[in-house]
Amino acid sequence: MGVDLLTIQAFGHKLRAREISAAEMTDECLARIEADNARLNAFILVMADQARRQARDADRELASGRDRGPLHGVPVSIKDLFDIRGTATTAASRVREGHVAERDAPVVAYLRQAGAVLIGKTNLHEFAFGTTNEDSAFGPSRNPHDPTRSPGGSSGGSAASLAAGMALATLGTDTGGSIRIPAAACGTVGLKPTYDEVSREGVVPLSPTLDHVGPLAQSVTDAWYVYHALLGRAASPPLSAAPPSGLRLALPRTYFCDVLDEEVRARFEASLDALGRAGARIDETEIRHAGDIAPIYLHISFGDAAAYHATMLDTMADRYTPPVRLRLEAARYILAEDYVRALAGREVLRREVDAALAGYDALVVPTLPIPAPPLGASSVQVGAKMEPVRNLMLRLTQLFNLTGHPAISLPCGRTSAGLPCGLQLVGARMQTEALLRVALACEEHVG
Amino acid sequence: MGPIVPDMTVERWLEAAVADAHRRGLPELKPLLEALAKAMCALRAADFNDAANR
Repeated sequence: MGVDLLTIQAFGHKLRAREISAAEMTDECLARIEADNARLNAFILVMADQARRQARDADRELASGRDRGPLHGVPVSIKDLFDIRGTATTAASRVREGHVAERDAPVVAYLRQAGAVLIGKTNLHEFAFGTTNEDSAFGPSRNPHDPTRSPGGSSGGSAASLAAGMALATLGTDTGGSIRIPAAACGTVGLKPTYDEVSREGVVPLSPTLDHVGPLAQSVTDAWYVYHALLGRAASPPLSAAPPSGLRLALPRTYFCDVLDEEVRARFEASLDALGRAGARIDETEIRHAGDIAPIYLHISFGDAAAYHATMLDTMADRYTPPVRLRLEAARYILAEDYVRALAGREVLRREVDAALAGYDALVVPTLPIPAPPLGASSVQVGAKMEPVRNLMLRLTQLFNLTGHPAISLPCGRTSAGLPCGLQLVGARMQTEALLRVALACEEHVG
Repeated sequence: MGPIVPDMTVERWLEAAVADAHRRGLPELKPLLEALAKAMCALRAADFNDAANR
């Protein structure tokens, strides 16, 4: 890609050393957008004037002695599912034509309070109902590592904007993996906090019981900063890594390593070896009902999505992209009795993940079984078999939306074609900070 | 859709759903409904659903 990517942490050092200003950093991001957005289609709306104004304000504040913390003057992109006052929240759909948000979503307001510069709104899979970013009223986003490939989704524009240096961090949502999947596909960090920890108010829903809000960032430390800002805490507590030599990780190899591209498998196993050499203990464990994850997830996510979209399907079905419309129409045939069965299965899975974590700091699994798939591919070859892309994309992430456990994807090397791979760590519920400390300890060994 | 037929086996559900989709002018839903039927079978076969109607 040839872009020098600056972390929030590195930018903060330079900003406070007066080596760069927020205005200069913002101009640099805007220049990258100008140069590459036509190719990558990462942004639906670029807020250049507002961003420059916010950046100048940030510089003036800092000069006058007011430092809002780690996100002061940091250009951040926002998935176009979040309300930003005075702008349309399109959800990448013509269904939302004419919408203008009256107020900021609370998480957006928190980012402003933390000093972030809102640089623009990013493309996504329409209504976040997909994992490739191909179905968008604004056209597909493309992967900066190979523009013939998907950036993942649904927060694909967000991940592309970050990987292309158009923002230093980005805000996404994750209903079945929509933060972690694009993070893995684009080679960034992606954090899904514990369920209900971060506000979803002012965010277009897909499934209220599965939706999570979280950051994508260049590093675990950067994700830590944004995560705390999203909780309304501009001043992050200090982040210290758990010592790698004492880490206890559990690997549910059955199911999670059954269907993997061979190069993804090799990068994952190499990461495990590196963690082992650093002193981490990695034991094998089991999620007994892992084979039931997909049907449970499908029934809950479809049932919830059908409820939200029913009226819009009845009144403006032709405004959806055809593939998303069809899947939503199919979702309307879910039976209540099966939805209730899926809820029972969800509780079983939650207990099994809790049990697998007992005595361990985190579960460790791959994030995405394949490298970023080619745009337009409905299936790809894994081993000797052709597998549906949609099933593969969600396969390793959706469980933790069902159970609500915090999960983070870290870059763990690249394929021979230069496509990123991701490693996922999963922590105990309501222990997102502890998970981030584990991730920090692992980051340098798996990258 | 509500209870289309009194004994809602997956096979009967699929038959009724495909017919309804045709009636609504959405015949292209058939493969999606067939995939959904497979997921229903898997869900109902799970051992935490011993009492489920298979």
